[in-house]
Amino acid sequence: MNKKMRMFLGLLLAAGGGFVAPLAAKDIVLLNASYDPTRELFQDYNEAFSLYWKNKTGQTVRIDQSHGGSGKQARAVIDGLDADVVTLALAYDVDALAEKAGLLPKDWQKRLPSNSAPYTSTIVFLVRKGNPKGIKDWDDLARPGVSVITPNPKTSGGARWNYLAAWGYALKKWNNDEAKAKEFLTAIFKNVPVLDSGARGATVTFVERKIGDVFISWENEAYLVVNELGKDRFDIVTPSLSILAEPPVAVVDKTVDRRGTRAVAEEYLKYLFSEAGQTIAAQHYYRPRLESVKAKYAGSFASVALFTIDDVFGGWSVAQKKHFSDGGVFDQIYQPGR
Amino acid sequence: MDGGKIMAGSATGLARKGALGPSRSLTEPRWVQWIAIGVALAFLSLFLVVPLVSVFVNAFAKGIAVFAKAIVDPMALSAIKLTFLAALISVPANLVFGLAAAWAITRFRFPGRNFLITLIDLPFSVSPVISGMVFVLMFGAQGWFGPWLSDHGIKILFAVPGIVLATIFVTFPFVAREVIPLLQSQGTDEEEAAFVLGAGGWQMFWRVTLPNIKWGLLYGVILCNARAMGEFGAVSVVSGHIRGRTNTIPLHVEILYNEYNFAAAFAVASLLACLALVTLAAKSWVEWRYRNEN
Repeated sequence: MNKKMRMFLGLLLAAGGGFVAPLAAKDIVLLNASYDPTRELFQDYNEAFSLYWKNKTGQTVRIDQSHGGSGKQARAVIDGLDADVVTLALAYDVDALAEKAGLLPKDWQKRLPSNSAPYTSTIVFLVRKGNPKGIKDWDDLARPGVSVITPNPKTSGGARWNYLAAWGYALKKWNNDEAKAKEFLTAIFKNVPVLDSGARGATVTFVERKIGDVFISWENEAYLVVNELGKDRFDIVTPSLSILAEPPVAVVDKTVDRRGTRAVAEEYLKYLFSEAGQTIAAQHYYRPRLESVKAKYAGSFASVALFTIDDVFGGWSVAQKKHFSDGGVFDQIYQPGR
Repeated sequence: MDGGKIMAGSATGLARKGALGPSRSLTEPRWVQWIAIGVALAFLSLFLVVPLVSVFVNAFAKGIAVFAKAIVDPMALSAIKLTFLAALISVPANLVFGLAAAWAITRFRFPGRNFLITLIDLPFSVSPVISGMVFVLMFGAQGWFGPWLSDHGIKILFAVPGIVLATIFVTFPFVAREVIPLLQSQGTDEEEAAFVLGAGGWQMFWRVTLPNIKWGLLYGVILCNARAMGEFGAVSVVSGHIRGRTNTIPLHVEILYNEYNFAAAFAVASLLACLALVTLAAKSWVEWRYRNEN
């Protein structure tokens, strides 16, 4: 397409863009593109941060939220969603922002403490009250006749953690025999009747539509469901071994530099590591990093043996390529409608 | 279709007036009629009435206070505002476009005319998700115009303009599709007469053409508006789902539902249901007026 044509189209569109209401000049607006289960967490955190920032600088800051499957959100940011910060489910999705669009440097994960993950979580099972199917550990998910709910690992970060947790368990059980692990995952996914695109959709499938015997879930999402929606309806089962999930946060350099919001965006993420931020995270059932907060909320979290993705899989990019790329292990084991 | 209904009605009416007896034997036996009516009614109530009622029952399940709170919530209000804005821009745009296209197609012969007719129908035949995707590919940061737009600080995608564009795209055919057959069936006689009597182009349009097609046009606008406000798929792709900024009513319903906020989700959904009912009433009124005038 020639340059004149582009110019013309651009002008036309600029005229159309004119009606977007301008904001009050002094107010700062940040956009946080996040994954599915963090809605409640950031609702509280944003309020706390606005207050903190106001007291510190006198400026009013409003944080807008966008939520969806982690992979889907990363895609939206790559396609131009103006997120000042991303708070996604896994490091690979932030890597994608660096690799596919150059929105932030490749070493982004070193810029904040603890791998840029202010809180951690793990993968547990949510079952119907009284655990009628007797689910105790990963093996029970592969049993015939057990219906398992998990979202789609292609679009959901949580689902990738679910999958890798099961894989890690299988490797340990069969002494790193990958063929056995593949067999084991195949058996589990044979028990999956629907794959939702995000963790929240899968929760609604399990909780509201009442499909499935066991829901492989983020620990924080499982606690949210039990405590907010019905202690009398669900139980949490913690498996013998699970994965340490580190949902990372990052400032999107290109966006904050263009919008002039770097200072407030950086502080927004740093405040997550503070005592106040950590307390809010813990209140929403994310495992805090800070020792003092950890001690205070020790009773809220079951102790479980955790492995990391680096230990077992050699990092996200290796795991992603091997398991979730087109034609990868997940595509080999999951054939819908069988 | 309506013509057929009227024909059928008057035919039985005439037969009855004649009172010559054979009317009963010409139609199906009574029990077949009852079964047909019963099946149609059962189907309608199962697939239309029950869901509609359930929307309102769920909306008021936790009382009027919860309902009202869900509607006046700032996020809901901003979604309502955005939905109206999108409709307010896309409906007039499609009104003008639809009229121009219908006029061109029925009054002139030009190369590519049939292609244009097919093209107008494109949004009907394409899945809304694809309609949204098209805009991502064009205006996304990695798309054709993305780099140029971002260099000049223009936001299309994940902002209001993108939502308006997607809405215009999916509601494209409504007005043109309603007006084309009307213009075709009316032919050019009256316009030619006006022209011979010395009317100018605009005069002819306002005095002759428009009065002839006004009910069809209004019908198209009503349908166009209903779709513009209710569109989910295409808008969902281009919206970015930013609360309070780029959420329309249908997207807001989904968000509330996903936050276990079922009463609020159905409260907001009931607005859309009301819109559907208003559309239905307006549509019937237009049909009634149209029949009366002819």
